[in-house]
Amino acid sequence: MAEHAPTAGVPPPAPYASPRAAFRGGVRDALGAPVLVMTASYLGFGSLIRASELSVAAGVFSSLSAWALPGQVASVELYTGGASIAAIVIAVLLINFRLMPMVVSLLPLMDRRSLTAGRALFAAHIIAVTTWAMTVARATHIPPEQRLPYLYGCGLVLYLGATLATVGGYVLAGLVPAPVTLGLVFVNPFFILVLLVADLRERARWMAILFGALLSVPAHLATPTWGLLIAGVAGGSLAYCLDRRRGTKAPRA
Amino acid sequence: MLIAAALVTYAWRFTGVLLSGRVSADGELFRWIGCVVYAILAALVVKLVLLPEGPLATVALPVRIGATLFGVAVFYAARRNQLVAVFAGGAALGLATHWLDGV
Repeated sequence: MAEHAPTAGVPPPAPYASPRAAFRGGVRDALGAPVLVMTASYLGFGSLIRASELSVAAGVFSSLSAWALPGQVASVELYTGGASIAAIVIAVLLINFRLMPMVVSLLPLMDRRSLTAGRALFAAHIIAVTTWAMTVARATHIPPEQRLPYLYGCGLVLYLGATLATVGGYVLAGLVPAPVTLGLVFVNPFFILVLLVADLRERARWMAILFGALLSVPAHLATPTWGLLIAGVAGGSLAYCLDRRRGTKAPRA
Repeated sequence: MLIAAALVTYAWRFTGVLLSGRVSADGELFRWIGCVVYAILAALVVKLVLLPEGPLATVALPVRIGATLFGVAVFYAARRNQLVAVFAGGAALGLATHWLDGV
């Protein structure tokens, strides 16, 4: 079942000894670069919460309940920019859409017999891009009954780490000199930028990013409450249409 | 507001749970929404760098742009290492602000 791809002498990861060991394995794997990146960006989010004059409780609630950083940053920034609740909800709705395909692609890998509704919903709640990527990468090498514990292991470390870092960022923002706080707040948009440029190979993707970027300032100046949404929908739709027309050989109506 | 955002976010996770029992063939819808998402995020980042309304508004525009470009350059130079790039971008902005203020 495991793929023994020859990779310069590195043996493929072996299955764990037990589901419990798989859980610990997930924890260990997450405690390296993944949690550091998560912590760094969530320190930024905590600072943003403070700088936006929201309470630390609000920040923690956001991280615990709506855990997906780009959506969280967008909700806070739109809120302080004076956007209406409707605009914020729609923006968050669209931004966090990717959570659904992640869940759809991950749950079928799990052991059917032990996957109760409660476990599935909990797993869905703590899924984030990093957790998803780690679990998908590991899943092919371990038997199904170990996959969910692994997900819990790395997912919980990242989820709790993000919440703690939210508090940490909030506290830090009050303790450190202004330049440090500004640096942390800057991490928020910058982290999203890094996510965007990480993989620009697909034409639809870089076109969408380009158009969204170009429309951003004009749309926001024209209508602060709906600007981002308009820039996103218009730019994204344009990229989608252009990509489809250039990609297909037969003319379409 | 946060409750609304949380509900909306979880709605997607929940939908995923429901759908994971059946294969969804809506490829084109996914692609369109994916495009819109990337466009929204790009618009968000550009707006935050060029027209910040929060604390970053106190930072001069060339500094914001410079720190962004520097961080992106570090990202590529460090073989797409997210952690190093995030640290470099934040540090660049913080240091530049510090020097320019003469604090």
